[in-house]
Amino acid sequence: MQGTIELRHRPRLCMGAAIAGKKEGEGPLGKGYDQIIEDDLFGEESWEKAECRFFYTAADTCIRKAGLTHQQVDVMLGGDLLNQITSASMAARELKIPFLGLYGACSTMAESLCIGAMLVDAGHVRTALCAASSHFCSAERQYRFPLEYGNQRTPTAQWTVTGSGASLLSSDERLPTIARCTHVTIGRVTDLGIADANNMGAAMAPAAADTLTRHFADTCRSPADYDLIITGDLGRVGHDILMELMKERGHPLIFERYMDCGLQVFSPEQDVHAGGSGCGCSAIVLNSHILARLKAGELQRVLFMATGALLSTTTCQQGETIPGIAHAIVLEGDASCSGTC
Amino acid sequence: MFDKNAKPSPQRQRQLDRYKQLVERLSPNSDMGKGLFRAYWVGGAICAFGQFLQEAGKMWLGMNNTAASTFCSTVLVLLTALLTGIGVWDKIGQYAGAGAFVPITGFANAMVSPAIEFRREGLVLGLGAKLFTIAGPVLVWGISTSVVVGIIYAIWPW
Repeated sequence: MQGTIELRHRPRLCMGAAIAGKKEGEGPLGKGYDQIIEDDLFGEESWEKAECRFFYTAADTCIRKAGLTHQQVDVMLGGDLLNQITSASMAARELKIPFLGLYGACSTMAESLCIGAMLVDAGHVRTALCAASSHFCSAERQYRFPLEYGNQRTPTAQWTVTGSGASLLSSDERLPTIARCTHVTIGRVTDLGIADANNMGAAMAPAAADTLTRHFADTCRSPADYDLIITGDLGRVGHDILMELMKERGHPLIFERYMDCGLQVFSPEQDVHAGGSGCGCSAIVLNSHILARLKAGELQRVLFMATGALLSTTTCQQGETIPGIAHAIVLEGDASCSGTC
Repeated sequence: MFDKNAKPSPQRQRQLDRYKQLVERLSPNSDMGKGLFRAYWVGGAICAFGQFLQEAGKMWLGMNNTAASTFCSTVLVLLTALLTGIGVWDKIGQYAGAGAFVPITGFANAMVSPAIEFRREGLVLGLGAKLFTIAGPVLVWGISTSVVVGIIYAIWPW
């Protein structure tokens, strides 16, 4: 087995910020977000600029909540769903923090946390900011149809979350500590032949199962060792498939201790079919709901695993199947401390 | 993957087949009955309204048959464009599916929605280039088919 890295210095996750759109604000987790932006355009003149502002606001809020200035952050890691990850890089232009742009589709929040935690753990940087964003309107026009086009969604389709989340990792002991990062498992690109772009959950679930299986083998742990296993945006279909795949692989997930951000971010009445999706989905749920529960001591050890579908409209039209990826990071409440294997 | 003639190994093929079955079992299907009902009643209502416009044109506005059918199309296109612009048509489309896009209303929506969406990239390379992204394929193959049918009709000995 391969891919799991133990972080010996257990870098701390100091702060999180989540900025959400109106529909997300009306969802079941609406109370936890730092800010809810009622205007989809966020006062800008295009969806792309609006998404960039979501990214900037999440990063800026996170840094300010931790009591730091932009100059005190050594590196920012992040990305979004748009071509050439423009939202992240244009936000980085304003933030003026050294920036590594990442593309992992909807897995970007976990990918940035994994890399950030490794950089902090190794002592290369003191403070790293990890962020991801997505916007329903900019994603729709890039991947699907113009917004006002009256097409019908399939029952397996998911709704891109408008929002952005940011987490601050640091080795600075003066900063507050919400959780500690103990292990990361880097995902493998996995493809079991799904070509339907309206069924992303099915395309990503095998990657999630692969990462989970490797993680459990590498750490000698089982699902029971986690208070919560969190997937990014598998949605209703992917959630059910992952439960089934993990049962087949001998690590059945415990229903009460497994949640999917895509299923939590909206309520079924909000007409989102299979659930939420997008980088912003796992980013806002982690940085509001999950961090709050870790901070309150309700959760001691969680596995956060965001999944991404690595497709483009071009590869889809050329008949390629959809490769999926899933990166995982273990977060432990500050009080808990236990060894592995 | 770079060998064009390579087939997946039997083991891999079994894995792919099993996964396909699992996905089919766990993915919900569209509700055919509900979809058909909605499509037929909305589509039927649009057509009935169109017929009303034609008859009204003939009866009250003194139009002949050709003028009345043009009048009907124009009004339906105008209303759809208006409803698309104020953000209502996408909801009707989501509800009714083919019932909303098979009548001429679908064509109007397919033209107006990219016009709104891509206006921000400029009048020429944005709106101009992307105006036909949805309606374009329908026009290309619709017109091509009509040419082929026209040729067959012209040379067929009827």
